[in-house]
Amino acid sequence: MTRIPLGYIGNRLFTLALTVFIAATLIWIIPRLSPVDPVDVMLGRMAAGGGTVADSEAIMAQLRESFGLDRPLIVQYLLYVKNTVTFDFGLSTASFPTPVAEMIARALPWTVGLMMVSLIITFIIGNLLGALMVWEHSPGLLKVAIPAVMIFTSIPPILSGLLLMYVFSSQLPWFPLTGAYGLNVEPGWSLEFAGSVLYHGFLPAMSIVIVTFGFWALGMRGLMITVQGEDYTVLAKAKGLKKRYILYQYMIRNAILPQITAFALKIGMLVAGQVLVERIFSYNGMGKLLYDAILVQDFPVIQGVSFVIILMTALAVFLVDLIYPLIDPRIRHGG
Amino acid sequence: MSDVAMTRRQKRRMRRFDNPWLNPKLIWGLGLLLGIIALGLLGRVFWDMDLVFTGAGMPRQGPVGIENIRGQVGTLAHPLGTDVSGKDILALLIVGAPNSLYVGVLASLIGMSLGIFLGFSAGFLGGRTDDVIRVGSDVMITIPPLLILVVVQAAFGDISLTLMALLIAGFVWQSPTRLIRAQVLSMREAGYVQMARLSGASTFHIMFREMLPNLVPYLFGSFIANVTTSIVTAVGLEVLGLGPQRVPTLGRVIYDAINSGALIQNMWWWWGFPTILLAVMFIGLLLVNLGLDEVSNPRLRRL
Repeated sequence: MTRIPLGYIGNRLFTLALTVFIAATLIWIIPRLSPVDPVDVMLGRMAAGGGTVADSEAIMAQLRESFGLDRPLIVQYLLYVKNTVTFDFGLSTASFPTPVAEMIARALPWTVGLMMVSLIITFIIGNLLGALMVWEHSPGLLKVAIPAVMIFTSIPPILSGLLLMYVFSSQLPWFPLTGAYGLNVEPGWSLEFAGSVLYHGFLPAMSIVIVTFGFWALGMRGLMITVQGEDYTVLAKAKGLKKRYILYQYMIRNAILPQITAFALKIGMLVAGQVLVERIFSYNGMGKLLYDAILVQDFPVIQGVSFVIILMTALAVFLVDLIYPLIDPRIRHGG
Repeated sequence: MSDVAMTRRQKRRMRRFDNPWLNPKLIWGLGLLLGIIALGLLGRVFWDMDLVFTGAGMPRQGPVGIENIRGQVGTLAHPLGTDVSGKDILALLIVGAPNSLYVGVLASLIGMSLGIFLGFSAGFLGGRTDDVIRVGSDVMITIPPLLILVVVQAAFGDISLTLMALLIAGFVWQSPTRLIRAQVLSMREAGYVQMARLSGASTFHIMFREMLPNLVPYLFGSFIANVTTSIVTAVGLEVLGLGPQRVPTLGRVIYDAINSGALIQNMWWWWGFPTILLAVMFIGLLLVNLGLDEVSNPRLRRL
């Protein structure tokens, strides 16, 4: 097995740290460039929430102090970096005084679950279909049907979500309209709860699957075309190996490698797409948390959620970059 | 096969087959896109926009007696129906579709120019410059654009279509940069570049007169792909209720529909038609991209 040179790991680690650092800094800087004063927003909400705000000057000063807004910018920034590194995102301003980290911890498993399930399904279906499009022995019907289905590729998941929701929830009441599990089900490790989660997750997952498998199919098609003409494929055929064996062991196996890198990058895009799907289906993951926070301009939550999503993406890319040379010995680093 | 035996029709077919630019995917895709642009341009001329639009480009609530046409399914006066405040959906699409395309094309153009500049710099200068640009593009690929845009939007409230395009452009320069860098590296030693250098051509001349034309087919593909990405990102923002607040876009119409409970009240035309138009737009872009792929890569053409 190839060994990964330390320099390569260091390089990747550097990019990882830089990504997270730049993203976190952007998230910190942008709200501070804004003309909107978070304390004003909070006060406005308090006033709207009922009652008079008697001594608004004093309250503002106190809020500023408790959010650390009275300190010099550089101190604020350093504190932010220090807190973010320890996953301390402060307190939510909208649902004061719940810690943002706690809200994220509650939402994260739903998002990761939905994402992993839909990603794995699309990866398998998409790559298989893409390979079959090129394979000379696949039935003719498939070669016509797949490109027809492919038009979904270019549609953003939110639109497929709307369509599925309309057909299978609104018109045909087969699936629930919103939520991640039934209202009358107690969350816990029960079969009933698991069933409810799967049932509620089906449409959101499908809305991601039908629009993303085409991406994999198209990529795989291109890769398979190159593999098709390679000497080892020709040799395998000449040896008289079984057709299916050649397809899986020679062609797909070699063609799929670049797709694995794409898999990691796709995690990032999927998270963003999933924010929207979760919003439409009111699925209680990170997307809904983010959406609800935008509605009430709850900046600590917006920052926290964005940071965690970016961290997840960056980690996924980092891991795949490390694993990749292990599965593809042709890749040599630093050479 | 001898020429004599061919009918005129067969010859015509042969010619058509020989010219890669007459690729059916390319033609269909361009046709769909031109159709959408025509809808935006001609729609304003032929459709009575005054009924539902004020000068500011934002729909108003229509004339007196509007109550009867609120949330109505298609009629002769409003073929695509109306929303709950009586706005004509067709009129919204006529204004919204060009706006959505504008954001996508502008973001992609800016991203492209950045990509060409950075790609050439990385490929030609190499060394430190190359390292910085490569790490920068690695970093930007990891950050989901939607998130940064969400933060910008939440912080600033309203933004213009152009500002949104500018922001999105910050996320679509990596693929042209990589493409150009790779091509520049492999083309640097090509015969015609060496020739140009020997004949005393300036670096600028080599870059833009000798190398760039060869990259055009790839750049077109990258451009179209970026238009799609930009529109998807913009629609995503709009459906979250962010993006420009005072200009209708396709995503904005869908947002209004979802927010007013159109899904539950079975007002399918409200979100359905903008969705279909978006889908047509994306399919058009995809077909153009696939078509360009086949034009520039003869290996794909046989399939």
